Amino acid sequence: MPLFEIKIAGDSALNLVFSDTTSPETSTAIRQAADQLSRDPIPGIIEMIPTFCSLMICYDPMKIGFDELVSNVRTRLTTLGGGHVSQRKIIHIPVCYGGKFGPDLDDVARYHHLSPDEVIKIHSSKDYLIDMLGFLPGFAYLGGLDKRLETPRLETPRTRIEAGSVGIGGSQTGVYPLPSPGGWRLIGRTPIRPYDPNRDKPILYSAGEFLHFDPVDENEYKSIAARVEDGTYECTTEVKEA
Amino acid sequence: MGLVVRKPGLLTTIQDKGRFGYMGSGFSPSGVMDWRASRIANILVDNPENASVLEFAIAGPTLRFSTDTFIAITGANLSPILNGKPAPMYRAIQIHRGALLRFGAPVQGVYGYLAVAGGGFAIPEVMGSCSTNLRCHIGGWHGRAIEGGDYLPFTTKSMDYLPFIESHHTPYDSFYGKPHETVELRVIPGPQDDMFTDKGLDTFFNETFTTTSKCDRMGYRLDGPEIETKNGSDIISDGIALGAIQVPSEGRPIIMLADRQTTGGYAKIGTVATVDIPRLVQSPAGTPIRFRRIGVDEAQGVYRDTERYIRMLRHRVHRPIASQMSPRRTARRLTPILQKQAEISRTKKRWIDFSTKGK
Repeated sequence: MPLFEIKIAGDSALNLVFSDTTSPETSTAIRQAADQLSRDPIPGIIEMIPTFCSLMICYDPMKIGFDELVSNVRTRLTTLGGGHVSQRKIIHIPVCYGGKFGPDLDDVARYHHLSPDEVIKIHSSKDYLIDMLGFLPGFAYLGGLDKRLETPRLETPRTRIEAGSVGIGGSQTGVYPLPSPGGWRLIGRTPIRPYDPNRDKPILYSAGEFLHFDPVDENEYKSIAARVEDGTYECTTEVKEA
Repeated sequence: MGLVVRKPGLLTTIQDKGRFGYMGSGFSPSGVMDWRASRIANILVDNPENASVLEFAIAGPTLRFSTDTFIAITGANLSPILNGKPAPMYRAIQIHRGALLRFGAPVQGVYGYLAVAGGGFAIPEVMGSCSTNLRCHIGGWHGRAIEGGDYLPFTTKSMDYLPFIESHHTPYDSFYGKPHETVELRVIPGPQDDMFTDKGLDTFFNETFTTTSKCDRMGYRLDGPEIETKNGSDIISDGIALGAIQVPSEGRPIIMLADRQTTGGYAKIGTVATVDIPRLVQSPAGTPIRFRRIGVDEAQGVYRDTERYIRMLRHRVHRPIASQMSPRRTARRLTPILQKQAEISRTKKRWIDFSTKGK
């Protein structure tokens, strides 16, 4: 069975469709394909958009035609390492849970008959895989929220959610990179900036990497925020062998 | 050196081709809506094709120039008026310090472009582009639309910058068709055309749709008969290319444009051929739209044809018209040639030098 199906998305893009359902294996395959294509780039490819089940390749038809690109992609991706990852990169995000930063923490706890501390413990004990970035610059769709924390969205969305807010919406969790309206339940906030256009790497993380939330108290939040402001704070990252 | 904005007009922003390389991080590429018109404007004033330009919609800005320069106005015909007189479009225009440019009634199209000689506006690039991304507040002029009182700087060279100004014009760009005429867009089916019934595909390719008032830099919503799906139009979110035609559950198409989201969860019946995007974005509300099926190879063929046409245009614009050659430039060109000739002649001694013969 071929690893992926190729779908035409106009004269300057195509989709490699790996599966029709989301799964960690699919995410891994997409990440490996993207890695492989960026390590050994095919001339004419402009950029790639990894999503839940597919990888969109945007290209310049003046440099490479559809048929040539397809055959190049097929040749390069014949040897995709059968669905297992050797390493995972984990980025640690400090989060101040509850209080003014997480106005919905108590509601989420009540909804699940848990204490707020238990919610924090469950939420901050996992590595979340970034399935894709979309919706807003740097908005990460994270997979793997603990079933015990799945909470429906607010009935009336907030008109403004501050940047850095950490929320739960249905079976998803994530960080708002920019102020935005939104319906997710807010359980905390991070002082770091997932998105900063003036930084060398404007977006802190990319699809295929993992996020881990580390609880911090309000004083730590403030001190990290000050260092972020100075540009001296760097997130802890670790690389685990899987 | 620059220009002062007296009145901002509508949705006036600084744009270039767009911000690429960050779509995978959720950044819409932004950039000009009509890539054809903006690059022709730049070609007319000898700028790189990707130089930043001013883009405005339906109502143009009022601008006072504080420097001598050259400009070109392309795209929508919004009745440009320079110092009280109608100004030509698709032609380099000489601007003197203090000149006032304003726009009158919209005649045709939606998005107008103004290019300024000297490589566009002197603004910093953000993430590799000068395009304004209004949603993220980055790029262009402080990440926002232009407002009255803004002073937009640019660097202009000396006045003999365009020595062949008479050649710096193009014929009327018949590409756009006439106002209210039906616009035909070529569409490459996919990536989710298999989610529509045969009847739905028939409706899409054979019926007429119209542009609505819900058309902006993000996307153009069309009105028309419902396009039938087999089983709803929800998909697991995937990437959205320029010109992708999403059909949400109510069955009316939305064509995704410069400020589009990078991913989305509606089925896409097809993608508008890149070369036809300018025709779409220049269609005001109420324009009839029809879709014609085209293969990817054919679409890439017309893409290459258009690129060739633009390249030809650039050559033609730069062609000197003999009578228009400035004396200064002629002298500057001839001097080194004559000097070199003199040098060669001196060493080869092809004549008898009487002055030294007697010694």
